[in-house]
Amino acid sequence: MKNLTKEHFHTHLYPSPFHSRTEPLNKLNQWGRWKGYLSADAYTDISMEYFASRNTCGVFDLTPMTKHLITGPDALPFLNRLMTREVSKIKPGRVGYCVWCNDDGRVIDDGTLFHLREGVYRLCSQEPQIDWLLTSAIGFDVDIVEDTHDVAALAVQGPTSCAILRKMGLNGLEMLKPFGIEHYPFEGTELMVSRTGYTGDLGYELWIDPSHAEALWDRLFAAGQDYGIAPMGGEALDLVRVEAGFLLAGVDFLPAHEAIRPDRTRSPFEVGLGWLVHLDKPHFTGRRALLEEKRRGSRYNFVKLDIDGNKTAEHSFILDKRENYVGTVTSAMWSPSAKANIALASLEAPHGKVGDEFLAEVYYQRELKWHRVLAPCRVIDGIFFEPARRKMTPAPNF
Amino acid sequence: MTDSKRVIIVGGGHNGLVCATYLAKGGKEVIVLEAANEMGGAAVTREFSPGFKVSACAHLLNLLDPTIETELALKSHGLRLAKTNLKTIALAEDGNHLQIDGNRVSGGGVSDSDTTALVKYRRRMDRFAKLLGRLYSRKPPRIGVSNPSDLFGAAKLALDMRLLGREDMREFLRIAGINIYDILEEYFDSPLLKGALSFDGVLGTHLGPRSNNSVFTTLHRMSGRIGGKQGALAYPAGGMGAVTAALAAAAASKGVTLRTASPVARILVDGDRVTGVELEGGEQISADTVVSNADPRTTFFKLIGARNLDAGFVRKIQHIRMRGNAAKLHLALKTLPTFTGVEPDQLGERLVIAPDSAYVERAFDHAKYGEYSSSPALEITIPSIHDASLAPDGQHVLSAIVQYAPYELKGGWEAGREAFTNVVLDQLSRYAPDIRQQITHTELLTPADIEREFRITGGHWHHGELALDQALMMRPVPGAAQYATPLSGLFLCGAGCHPGGGVMGHAGRNAATAVLSGGSR
Repeated sequence: MKNLTKEHFHTHLYPSPFHSRTEPLNKLNQWGRWKGYLSADAYTDISMEYFASRNTCGVFDLTPMTKHLITGPDALPFLNRLMTREVSKIKPGRVGYCVWCNDDGRVIDDGTLFHLREGVYRLCSQEPQIDWLLTSAIGFDVDIVEDTHDVAALAVQGPTSCAILRKMGLNGLEMLKPFGIEHYPFEGTELMVSRTGYTGDLGYELWIDPSHAEALWDRLFAAGQDYGIAPMGGEALDLVRVEAGFLLAGVDFLPAHEAIRPDRTRSPFEVGLGWLVHLDKPHFTGRRALLEEKRRGSRYNFVKLDIDGNKTAEHSFILDKRENYVGTVTSAMWSPSAKANIALASLEAPHGKVGDEFLAEVYYQRELKWHRVLAPCRVIDGIFFEPARRKMTPAPNF
Repeated sequence: MTDSKRVIIVGGGHNGLVCATYLAKGGKEVIVLEAANEMGGAAVTREFSPGFKVSACAHLLNLLDPTIETELALKSHGLRLAKTNLKTIALAEDGNHLQIDGNRVSGGGVSDSDTTALVKYRRRMDRFAKLLGRLYSRKPPRIGVSNPSDLFGAAKLALDMRLLGREDMREFLRIAGINIYDILEEYFDSPLLKGALSFDGVLGTHLGPRSNNSVFTTLHRMSGRIGGKQGALAYPAGGMGAVTAALAAAAASKGVTLRTASPVARILVDGDRVTGVELEGGEQISADTVVSNADPRTTFFKLIGARNLDAGFVRKIQHIRMRGNAAKLHLALKTLPTFTGVEPDQLGERLVIAPDSAYVERAFDHAKYGEYSSSPALEITIPSIHDASLAPDGQHVLSAIVQYAPYELKGGWEAGREAFTNVVLDQLSRYAPDIRQQITHTELLTPADIEREFRITGGHWHHGELALDQALMMRPVPGAAQYATPLSGLFLCGAGCHPGGGVMGHAGRNAATAVLSGGSR
């Protein structure tokens, strides 16, 4: 962690390397804490930021995202023993979404694994994972460092993102496939670009040495001036990620290492990530427990709900037709893009098959008067909002 | 193609042999694979100088399970005790020794109140040790499961404790986790008596008398009934190797295949289960069941490999405390040595250099920092007095356990061995002034040697520190404490499991029961 000085702890919240640029833009002065960093919750108006990311381009400072660099002769076998998915399928220059479990097959965290170069990986996670990674490294010839502070990162997301980055000089970027990685020279250093993001839209993430962070921001915003570029805070991001159906650790599931009550944790099957579990690959942590779960059946189903009406079902109980409790909403919003009242929910098995109908117990208030409504809802398949541009290669030039 | 009837036992130590014999009795086709050129593991009698033989590690028999002795008919397979009910002579430098014989103590200027106190002390400790011994012949119950046999096991444990009666139960709960130093202070005045009794709690461990758990280890040591007497000590005729020879003969008589010079390189794993073993020479032997007599770290790290196991489980194995802290000294002697003030008929007893418990604690202090003390504590035996087969006519062998010899000695054992040997011999000379002139050969086995020769990680006798946090359902670690392991078909049977180390055989017998019943964990 070369960019942390020995005196860093005197700073209560660590400024991001983009802070000199984000600070004047934060008209609301609305800052939050993200893993010890000062992070903008909102800059101007959450709705405007949301719409920028869906209609033009939103820029989110994701430097505080925990990052780990994994190298060494056993990097691949180490990662394959850590992750539930077959990591050898993630080729150099590619990114894979991953989930990892404890011995009991309960989700510790999810994250993105970047295969930077042959045998060199970067793992980005919501929660700091260094302890678990080092534990998992016993018996493997592998080097692991947490390098969160050594890499500045921006998410550039939305329809005009590709056009802006091309204007900034990233020639041929439109040919980068989803989950691909490309490297560009940038003012004497290397700029890494991946076609990844947390919005479920066309978008990219930029990775650079922190000493070049401000220059990158300036070049990006200069290029994006005519393309509706706008900074985007954490709250707007939390809206688009629900539309995309992405999980948030600590909200949609309890990371296993934070749980005091073991039954509060979830297996990958129980958070809708069964597709990431490859039980036929060599041994990985939690495999035996997950095989057993396959045999016995899971306790929960994780579902997407389309709810009648326009009252957001945040934290709602989900009831069956007889109004018996079957589960709880974990994330909910009115989706402007899907024009629907949507939610992610954890339901007790066997409830939760596509097409199943339930009632969402929604409480809302109008001018300080509380109302309760039992809004009919149904389990849907697919993603709430998935524009075609998300997967198009070449990326469309809006 | 695997064979569901076949069981491979990795390691022919006493537990491996016990387990093999019970499995053969249970109808299994058993192969024991021993790396060394003879069966026995660390319980062997071996020549260390031409004509001089000695038990390589443990040299007194106290914990061998009488049930096993009977069930496997070890007497008819050649097990004989050359001497039972050994007394302990607590040596004093001035020759005013103290003799402990069960609950009787004499000499050493011991007071009447100490004499009475020893009777009380032994009565209580024997009761507690007996309770512990009862736990040893069955698998420890799992906690947090609703399986009837586990609940029954837990209830039985509670009931056994309750049956001690209110006062003794309270006393048991009070002292079980604490240190022997404090307990001895409550009972006795004589430093020599306290020194010798405190030494019982730390032999073979990484504990000082003031370390918690040293009451537990004292009770562990007293839990046996060799020769029918609680907490007694005996010499097996022919040394410890004769015990494992009898076990090997018992195994062979039940049809067990015994293969020596067959070191196992790895245990073969296919997905979730073991399928056999591969020897260092490359030969593969298939079996649906493999039972490992090796220590847990060797078994899981070297033979299975971390990548076949869950990370959390691997971390637990990594954290087992198993650094040996005892060395073994073997001397070939021209004649019987003279210990100042020790009568010739006392020389065949167990001689202890531990003049007071603070002395033992100070010796341990050095070990904590990777050093040895210039005043080590010793348990000395001269087994050739009872067993002429161990040395040429008129000559003798001396076998001593030296506390402490830290596994990770500062500067390493290669550099430190000679100086340490001299320290030990100097110490011996204080009590037996002419001993140096009688020595024709000296062998010192450090924990590093024990690790290398007997393939025990850390050179720890018990395959892992014996302590409450590494006992019962936590030995070696939860998830492998009922002899079954996370891998189907793989079982443990060594001292790393409940109830631990010493030449006992319980772990082997309990493991066989677990294998034959299908093994849940």
